[in-house]
Amino acid sequence: MNSGRKLRMVLLGAMLGTVAGASVGRAAEPPLKVGLLEDVSGDLAFMGMPKLHGSQLAVEEINKSGGILGRQIELIHLDPQGDNARYQEFGRRLLNRDKVDVLIGGITSASREALRPIVDRTSTPYFYTNQYEGGVCDASMISMGAVPEQQFSTLIPWMVEKFGKKVYVIAADYNFGQISAEWNRKIMKDLGGEVVGEEFIPLGVSQFAQTIQNIQKAKPDWLLTINVGAAQDSFFEQAAAANLNLPMGSSIKVMLGFEHKRFKPPALNNMHATANWFEEIDTPEATEFKKRWHAKFPDELYINDMGYNAYNALYMYKALVEKAKSIKLDDMRKVIATGDACIDAPEGKVCIDPKSQHTSHRMRLISVGPKHEVKVEKDYGTIQPYWLSEIGCDLTKKNDKDQYTPSHLPKKS
Amino acid sequence: MSAEVFSVFYQFADVFAFLILSAAGLAIVFGMMGVINMAHGEFIMCGAYVTVGLVNLGVPLAIAQILAALTAGLIGVLVEFLVVRRFYKRPLDSLLATWGLSLIVTQSMLLIVGSAVRGIGTPEGSFAIGGYTFSTYRLVLFACAVAVLAGLYIIFMKTRFGVISRATMQNAAMAKALGARTGRIYAISFGIGTGLAGLCGALYAPTMTLIPTMGATFVVESFVTVVIGGANVLLGTAPAAVLLAIIRMALNASYGQIIGQIGMLVAVILIIRVLPEGLSSVLVRRGR
Repeated sequence: MNSGRKLRMVLLGAMLGTVAGASVGRAAEPPLKVGLLEDVSGDLAFMGMPKLHGSQLAVEEINKSGGILGRQIELIHLDPQGDNARYQEFGRRLLNRDKVDVLIGGITSASREALRPIVDRTSTPYFYTNQYEGGVCDASMISMGAVPEQQFSTLIPWMVEKFGKKVYVIAADYNFGQISAEWNRKIMKDLGGEVVGEEFIPLGVSQFAQTIQNIQKAKPDWLLTINVGAAQDSFFEQAAAANLNLPMGSSIKVMLGFEHKRFKPPALNNMHATANWFEEIDTPEATEFKKRWHAKFPDELYINDMGYNAYNALYMYKALVEKAKSIKLDDMRKVIATGDACIDAPEGKVCIDPKSQHTSHRMRLISVGPKHEVKVEKDYGTIQPYWLSEIGCDLTKKNDKDQYTPSHLPKKS
Repeated sequence: MSAEVFSVFYQFADVFAFLILSAAGLAIVFGMMGVINMAHGEFIMCGAYVTVGLVNLGVPLAIAQILAALTAGLIGVLVEFLVVRRFYKRPLDSLLATWGLSLIVTQSMLLIVGSAVRGIGTPEGSFAIGGYTFSTYRLVLFACAVAVLAGLYIIFMKTRFGVISRATMQNAAMAKALGARTGRIYAISFGIGTGLAGLCGALYAPTMTLIPTMGATFVVESFVTVVIGGANVLLGTAPAAVLLAIIRMALNASYGQIIGQIGMLVAVILIIRVLPEGLSSVLVRRGR
């Protein structure tokens, strides 16, 4: 059984793993090794595929324009198939055997938390490229995606003002869903709102008739949908069929899971989300970026924010290495500490916050219409990831290696 | 008040339909024939993908669903002939062979069709009772589940094929000695089983996200229903589905989906502990 599995891994790796090093031989120095862990099979493959593509696109562009410090990049991609144990196994393999210079990837927060202790035992920088529930204060990790102060502190007050004070939450039952629900409780309390129901759904559950009825019983003004994965996304289709017809808000729908492309309209009608990237952004920089992406990957259904962030991660790595003139994490962190670790991304200029090593983002609130057309409702401009430094995380002084939440704050020393 | 009563029935019908439709095919393949078919979920996936593909080509939904079930059934006959046939005397090896088949199929689908397919949408129709609104299609699913049970009863209890088929499953050598073409019986029975799996996928395709691993969301429920049901499809699987549906619905309604799933699996453990042969062992004995 085991050897069969291994054989399958090897075959898959050969098929999907990409070695972008055609011109390696010319370079005097050996290429920089970038380890990438993204699911391109299993339950989350439809989200992971754009992440692999974004990384491949960035590597190709950077290599064509001369590499990083004159060195080419070699991308080593492994597919953990959504299995946290495999994330750990492959993480160790990339860090210890392949000795990659930087590690990128992970989709779910569960996979990130599985990887982080392994990364912390090395001196290799790790880029996490998803939006997430926030709070990781760890010097080895650089977070490229948006966090609750960028997503929930904008979305929830807007939803309350527009639709009302009563919210019902359906959330995936793991750390992302649980901590996001905690954020919602805190923000709703500050706003004087009421959480009239909270339901945590085990991953893989696909039937929601009872949940839909529980929602109707609780009579909320709007829904916070932070359900995860293809199975749980069936909620939207089933809620639409039952004519539930409530406004919805989320930190992961549309720009991340592109449900508006995967479901037949009007299943996602009246969905709202705050995002630093969604494919419908039409600034000149974004249009240029989308053109390059679709030229390389013509079959891409949607360029989601994870794929976009994965693309940015490589450019951020390039910027850090070139400013530090070194590939050592300590030297790169000295650049971050200056507050000058910025790149010009397709969304605009984004910078890494020295204290938390999270990224500033230009946030927009988007809504989905009955024909699944996406509209920008509000532009918040650039929002800093301020929460961690407010509660006392300062990576320039101390490496906590912990994840904080509204109910788990650093001890006052 | 009547709204509450109807809503309880609706929720029961919904869980019952899910359990029966996902388990019916497995009840024949695993319950009757004893083949541990790890590719059961992939036959469900096949039914769903064929349905969506045909609907996108302009075929009406109901016809697409019937064609999808037939496709899954024909592929099942082929798989029986090429693979499963060689493993009737080696049940554990059949587990490995069908598991391998399942891995090959999901990965090939991922490579050929891609990681996600656009859904086709549930047929229109909802109705309101009291403060609740319900989807009409969910009741269609319940009606289909009942029809599947009725169809199986007629095929296996009222037809000549059913008699020979049951005889073959009980004692293949004796059935062969009496002139039954057991090879063909096995192939057709397996085909009926996979066809029902395909029907399950076809019926649920409009309500779900289609991904290559979608079969996995059905497999746990289908195996536990068949295992606690025991060898008899009608006197085992149907009561097992009723029992599990009541437990799950009650817990879902009062404590949410997590407790609903845990409670159902705890009930399964208890039932297997008390009745290792499944519910049908008790019911069939009573019936005699």
